[in-house]
Amino acid sequence: LGHGSGGRLSAELISEVLLPGLGPAAPGGPLEDAALVTVGGCELLLSTDAYVVDPLFFPGGDIGALAVHGTVNDLAMRAGLPVALTIAYVVEEGLPLTDLRRVAASVGAAAAAAGVPVVTGDTKVVGRGAADRLFVITAGLGRRLPGAAPTAAGARPGDVVLLSGPIGCHGVTVLSTREGLGFESDVASDSQPLHRLVADMIAAGGTGVHALRDPTRGGLAAAVNEIAAASGVGVELVEAALPVPEPVRAACEMLGVDPAYVANEGCLVAFVAPERADAVLTAMRARPEGAAAVRIGAVTDGGPVLVRTMVGARRVLDLPLGEQLPRIC
Amino acid sequence: MTAVGEVPAWRVRVRGTVQGVGFRPFVHRVATGLGLDGAVRNDGGEVVIEVAGPEAAVRRLVGSLRREAPAAAVVTEVTVSRATTVPAPGFRVTPSDPGATPYGFAGLPADLATCPDCRRELFSAADRRYRYPFVNCTACGPRATIVDDLPYDRVRTAMAGFRLCRRCAAEYHDPADRRFHAEPVACPRCGPRLAWTAGRRTAAGPAALAAATTAIADGRIVGLKGLGGYQLVCDALSPAAVDRLRQRKRRPRKPFAVMVPDLATATLIAGVTAADRVVLTSPAHPVVLLPVRPARRLAAAVAPGLDRVGLFLPYTPLHHLLLHDLGRPLVVTSGNRADEPIAIDDADAAERLAGIADGILGHDRPIRARYDDSVVQVVDGVRRTIRRARGYAPGALPLPVPARHPILAVGAQLKHTFALARGDQALIGPHGGDLADADTLAAFRSGVARLGRLHRFRAEVVAHDLHPDYLSTGYAREIAPATRRIGVQHHHAHVVSCAAENGVHGRFLGVAYDGLGFGDDGTLWGGEVLLATYAGFRRLGRFGRAPLPGGASAVHRPARMALGYLYGGEFPMPATPAPALLGRMPATERATVRRMVERGVHSPPASSAGRFFDAAASLLDLCDDAGYEGEAAVLLETAARAATGPVPALPWRLTRAAGLWVYDWSGTLGALLIRLAAGVPVAELAAAVHRTVIDVTVELCVRAADRTGVRVVCLSGGCLQNRLLAAGLPAALRAAGFTAVLNRDVPANDGGISYGQAVVAAARLGKGG
Ligand SMILES: [Fe+3]
Ligand SMILES: [Mg+2]
Ligand SMILES: [Zn+2]
Ligand SMILES: [Zn+2]
Repeated sequence: LGHGSGGRLSAELISEVLLPGLGPAAPGGPLEDAALVTVGGCELLLSTDAYVVDPLFFPGGDIGALAVHGTVNDLAMRAGLPVALTIAYVVEEGLPLTDLRRVAASVGAAAAAAGVPVVTGDTKVVGRGAADRLFVITAGLGRRLPGAAPTAAGARPGDVVLLSGPIGCHGVTVLSTREGLGFESDVASDSQPLHRLVADMIAAGGTGVHALRDPTRGGLAAAVNEIAAASGVGVELVEAALPVPEPVRAACEMLGVDPAYVANEGCLVAFVAPERADAVLTAMRARPEGAAAVRIGAVTDGGPVLVRTMVGARRVLDLPLGEQLPRIC
Repeated sequence: MTAVGEVPAWRVRVRGTVQGVGFRPFVHRVATGLGLDGAVRNDGGEVVIEVAGPEAAVRRLVGSLRREAPAAAVVTEVTVSRATTVPAPGFRVTPSDPGATPYGFAGLPADLATCPDCRRELFSAADRRYRYPFVNCTACGPRATIVDDLPYDRVRTAMAGFRLCRRCAAEYHDPADRRFHAEPVACPRCGPRLAWTAGRRTAAGPAALAAATTAIADGRIVGLKGLGGYQLVCDALSPAAVDRLRQRKRRPRKPFAVMVPDLATATLIAGVTAADRVVLTSPAHPVVLLPVRPARRLAAAVAPGLDRVGLFLPYTPLHHLLLHDLGRPLVVTSGNRADEPIAIDDADAAERLAGIADGILGHDRPIRARYDDSVVQVVDGVRRTIRRARGYAPGALPLPVPARHPILAVGAQLKHTFALARGDQALIGPHGGDLADADTLAAFRSGVARLGRLHRFRAEVVAHDLHPDYLSTGYAREIAPATRRIGVQHHHAHVVSCAAENGVHGRFLGVAYDGLGFGDDGTLWGGEVLLATYAGFRRLGRFGRAPLPGGASAVHRPARMALGYLYGGEFPMPATPAPALLGRMPATERATVRRMVERGVHSPPASSAGRFFDAAASLLDLCDDAGYEGEAAVLLETAARAATGPVPALPWRLTRAAGLWVYDWSGTLGALLIRLAAGVPVAELAAAVHRTVIDVTVELCVRAADRTGVRVVCLSGGCLQNRLLAAGLPAALRAAGFTAVLNRDVPANDGGISYGQAVVAAARLGKGG
């Protein structure tokens, strides 16, 4: 099973193995980061996620903060403000207690900073080898912001594509820390909550904010491809506009990876109606999470997701199977 | 053939390349001369002759069909049967039957270079087509590049909009005339006209040509509307002009093709054998790779660091006029920026070439289909295709097992081609390029649609590579459900492409020496010995593996590939003096790559022959960074050719691993480093690397033959473009008692993958019952 890097294999695993298991009652339509649930006439957003990361601690964050931010962001991508979180820990026997304590403290701090209480949780200790040190499972409950309903299928031709901040930092940091490649001294994970940024974007753009996605696994390329596929549109990005920090660029060049495929945990990509794009961009830049927000491209009628390169060529930015294997003969 | 009974009438069917090459007027001329009655017509992809008359005369007609056929015709099959009806007196050319559906493919003729008769007219002041850039006849001119639909008639071509003048019409309708049904026939009165645009200045007709020649003579770059697409042209003798073209086209090192006015000039620049001469002047007029003469006249930047240059002769009247008026060799390269498809649309070309060309010489005959110039080389007297495009594509190739259902084979990723298969024929579309370029991908999709429409072809089965991320594989997933897709392993497709065009039957040994391809075990392959049939294969041997640090970036930077071999290969390296390469590399890169290799981070292992050559090239300081695909291997080959006298192989051995014979290269690379440090010339070591690979290959085949009893070897893969291997491997294998064959009409590189896929898919369907 090579389904781990957020590429096409994970998509296939979901559509061909997991969804059929849910039977005919499974809701159709594009997969969203969080689901809309109506309870007694009240619209709520519900999200769940499981976190596995090696190493548990890395520059800019750790598995605990990542779990909180990831779940808050999944709610935020559907214009949800977090109301409550749940946390479950699966602990491998032998994990130093200090590590667990550190993660728990990080969860508490991240939740407090995001302004959301952790309301319940669970802990299981499993034998050696039954888990890899520590897994963190979260659920998040959110309340929908009034005035907007961004959805993965919402992108329209002509929409402007906005990106809230630099890409590639999280993936490079985690990989470099794990493998001891040396890049981790120059770069840190961007892990952070984005719900306040989204609230300001919705306030500025309203229903003109058509689609939001946090480009986590599979990076910007996967996020944009998923939105394009769900919306039935094409996207043209501009390579020169993509904010790639120099250490990330150097690391990616060494690793033979396109920064557009590297995971992020603290930025979002937004598809916004052209007439609202400037207002939304201004609102983004007014917040620290969006201070470096930029316009990176536009939605086209159809065709593949592509990037206009620095030299003016138009390169296809597709969804790879898993880890990128060279296509050169 | 015996005439019995009172009805001496016969029906003659001719298969091959027989349409759009002046075959019907030729039959008309011969039959009329022999006093025969009857008719000739195009039928499906064939020519059908109904004929009656004295048996001796009919025999002579049939005999001449092969012997005296027009230069561009290829007659593959002539069948004669008794006819039931006797034709009326006289001999006619009757209209083609548009409803006829061929077993394979209707003849869509390839473009033909200007014939000697038309060339004479072009330069005869008295001729009404004197210096007319669009002169043509049934023996020459545009074909595949102007077709809208089949059968091939003027109304269904880009010439439909040009109304024939009275004199052209008379020629067109006279069966005795050289221009009888020459669909693109034209003259200055009624045909296309030139137009020149440079900024706000424009010119038309002869003045346009004059403006373009002046610009080129002044060292400028001209965009030229060619046959199958726009081209970029500049003075090949001017270093400044060639450098400027490289800069603007963003193509730093990849060699340019050079068009020369005539064979005499070709001979001044390069060594031209009799076989080269035949190919240079053949109807396709391809670019032919030739050894450069030491006293090179061309600007060095035309083919940096290489001992070979691609030359070709003018193949349209417009090229003839340019070369004649300028009287010097010209760089003629595809009109695009690096990696983009060649432009064919006028508005598109104006936009794309705006930053490259100083002026554009265009005309008002539209280009309907994109055909780059073909590239070939002659090895051991045989023409070997490197890029199959204008003049060759989309000619049909044999399908050893007929296709039970129409098959679309979507090809690979780089040097992309696709193929259609139906009946006992496969049709390879023209060379495309790298599918990662969005415009190339779009051109592939529209190319499939166009060729499918022309041939009323509806694919029922789609054959594709196993690489999940090739965009061609993605296209296959998009257009066909899993039940109608057939995945074909990359190197199986390579060796099958070679076996099929050589008519090999039964089991054979396939040697695939290649860059990288996706193996059926999910790892990357590229130095493989397979036991194969058209339907399947088993892996018997391979090159030892080495990791690609950074995947594709190790391909672009052979220096990194070398570190993969040094630090993380399947076989540990022996102790050697520190490779000089380590001193050339930045310390951080060295450390990071080493760490990546040791930790297996983004370092997929590959059993590749091509990557082995890359590593050797870097260790010998011939190429640390590849400016274009295959540059390291080409420079290694070039260096090896400079070696004097025979060179023995470096040490090597075969080992067994998981039931396969594996080439352990550690002794080879170790000896290479030791001898390099001891001062052995690089040329000698480069030659020794080639010699070693040849010896290893023979031994791999001997072991495979001992086990299987199979002694036929089909050699394919990108490395077989290397002339030292293409000449040396078959010779060594034959000396060891094998039959060894190479690709000819199908490229050994990934341009041949689509054909291999089609053959494999047809064979698998054939077995499916
Ligand atoms: Fe290949
Ligand atoms: Mg998520
Ligand atoms: Zn002619
Ligand atoms: Zn005319």
